[in-house]
Amino acid sequence: MSTMKLAKANPGRKLFSSKVATTVVWVITILWTVPTFGLFASSFRNKQDIFLSGWWHIFTNPHLTLSNYHAVIFGSSSSTLSDGVLPYLMNSIVITIPAVIFPVVVATMAAYALAWVKFRGSDALFFFIFCLQIVPIQMSLVPLLQLFTGGAHIGTITIIPKLGIAGHFAGIWLPHTMFALPLAIYLLHNFIASLPRDLMEAAYVDGANHFKVFRQIVLPLSVPAIAAFAIFQFLWVWNDLLVALTFASGTEEVAPINVKLASLVGQWGSGWETLTAGAFVTIAIPLIVFFSLQRFFVRGLLAGSVK
Amino acid sequence: MNSFLSTNLPKFEQVLIAIAVFFAILMVVFYLAGKANGRKQRPIAILVLLGPAMILLMAGLIVPAIQTILFSFKDANSVKFIGIQNYSWLIANPDMRKVFFNTLLWIVVTPFATTALGLFLAIMLDRMKRESVAKSLLFMPMAISFVGASVIWKFVYDYAVPNKPQTGLLSAIVRSLGFKPSNWILTQPLNTFLLMIIFVWVQTGFAMVILSAAIKAVPADIVEASALDGAHGWRLFRNITFPMVRSTTIVVFATMLVTSLKLFDIVRTMTGGNFGTSVISNEMYAEVFVRFDQGRGSALAVILFVFVTPILIYNIRNLRRERSIA
Repeated sequence: MSTMKLAKANPGRKLFSSKVATTVVWVITILWTVPTFGLFASSFRNKQDIFLSGWWHIFTNPHLTLSNYHAVIFGSSSSTLSDGVLPYLMNSIVITIPAVIFPVVVATMAAYALAWVKFRGSDALFFFIFCLQIVPIQMSLVPLLQLFTGGAHIGTITIIPKLGIAGHFAGIWLPHTMFALPLAIYLLHNFIASLPRDLMEAAYVDGANHFKVFRQIVLPLSVPAIAAFAIFQFLWVWNDLLVALTFASGTEEVAPINVKLASLVGQWGSGWETLTAGAFVTIAIPLIVFFSLQRFFVRGLLAGSVK
Repeated sequence: MNSFLSTNLPKFEQVLIAIAVFFAILMVVFYLAGKANGRKQRPIAILVLLGPAMILLMAGLIVPAIQTILFSFKDANSVKFIGIQNYSWLIANPDMRKVFFNTLLWIVVTPFATTALGLFLAIMLDRMKRESVAKSLLFMPMAISFVGASVIWKFVYDYAVPNKPQTGLLSAIVRSLGFKPSNWILTQPLNTFLLMIIFVWVQTGFAMVILSAAIKAVPADIVEASALDGAHGWRLFRNITFPMVRSTTIVVFATMLVTSLKLFDIVRTMTGGNFGTSVISNEMYAEVFVRFDQGRGSALAVILFVFVTPILIYNIRNLRRERSIA
């Protein structure tokens, strides 16, 4: 760390003077933040104000109201959102929790097996899973939906019966779990494979079987990597549109809030004011998670892409 | 409020039950499998630990991908084989050609834009003090869904007819500069680029954070040594820093390429694929779920897959090389 500081003090390292760099970064940062701030400001203005003047008028004409949030959360008779977005917000939470836990557990188990219970072809298998990462999920959507609604058959023989989970929460948890596995196994494998060999071997010598080692050594030591992936997966599931549109109907019973927000955008002229507050309710939770756990998230990203 | 609880509490019950069942099954299986001893122990451990992941990958990704390839040679209801008719229709259709062109535009422009801007910001951040606040704010859009980002930018691109007040930021700026604002989202081909700005806005933070970490990992003594040898500014960056972050830059670029290729949410939310902005991913969804043609939809998915194969091959080669070094 001290050498880093020394290097920073060295003028030779500088491509631009630090004053210029600071100014440029802050100009871009403000540019980057203005659109979000604009929507945030709009969400506190009433319908007429939003329609008649730009959000920047709040500085000269501060006339703020919580009515948009009231309409979005509790519903209003005049808007297209009679019941409010709360049921959809609940759905998002209900979808996200298992859709994070399931792939984390399944992937950690698989990653441990691939890293420490070597068998013929285990490297090739890991390699194959690594490759699956970039196969577009569009390749899976139609057949998977068919599997959920109709089961799987070869000729007249039924291999997998009708699962009947399409349009239920299980029908969204399952695809999210499946699609998350390649990245999850890859990230966790990188981490678990680098655990100290001595520690594992000592446990095996003591007579611990693989399940015991997994539970008592691998799981506790992998918490940083698991946390990093969990945050990544949380944001991915919460912000997803395609999987939710395909596997959840747009109804209040199962559709997540992101789907609801997308459908509100489509309903033209029927409430820019609800759109503003609706968008903020949608992005509030991921933003809170992001700002409070940013360090873990960055660590996860780095583990995934920097070699 | 009561009705709210009565409809939503059962949802959370479902979550609790699902998680409880999931862990209960795992514990029972672990307990039983742990009883095995001797020669059976290893194969059983492999089966139990790796089995669930393999079943899910088979059922969720591998088998469906093969099925999609088969569907792409079948008719709308996946009943009759029709050869390459879906593909020839897609290629002959002028609307689809526009879709392919747009997708190509996306994967050419946005990976370059996000990677270049991310690298630029990473270099700048390395030069400034107290970077963390700026870094957080630049990175923040990553936490916002593409749908949320589209709503944010919809308000920027908003347009009102000339005698009405302009409430969109872009229109207001253009007018204050003395020009006439146009209906941005309807203006081709400008609208596709406006949608790309949303993507760049969301993804640049990702590129920046990763490249910033890579730049900070460049050993200080190398930089110092070359500085003593007289390398400064641009030359130092080109000859020393950039070669050391080159592989990270390529990884970021490839990630952006794949993300922009599969892009769906922004186009669907902003225009629904209208006004000449549609891309392959949006058309794939529309073919299957709006026009109910599984054959053409599957063919579009396969085309997406063909687009990623060069990256796939590149990745495979890279990993092989690493393995052979290690």
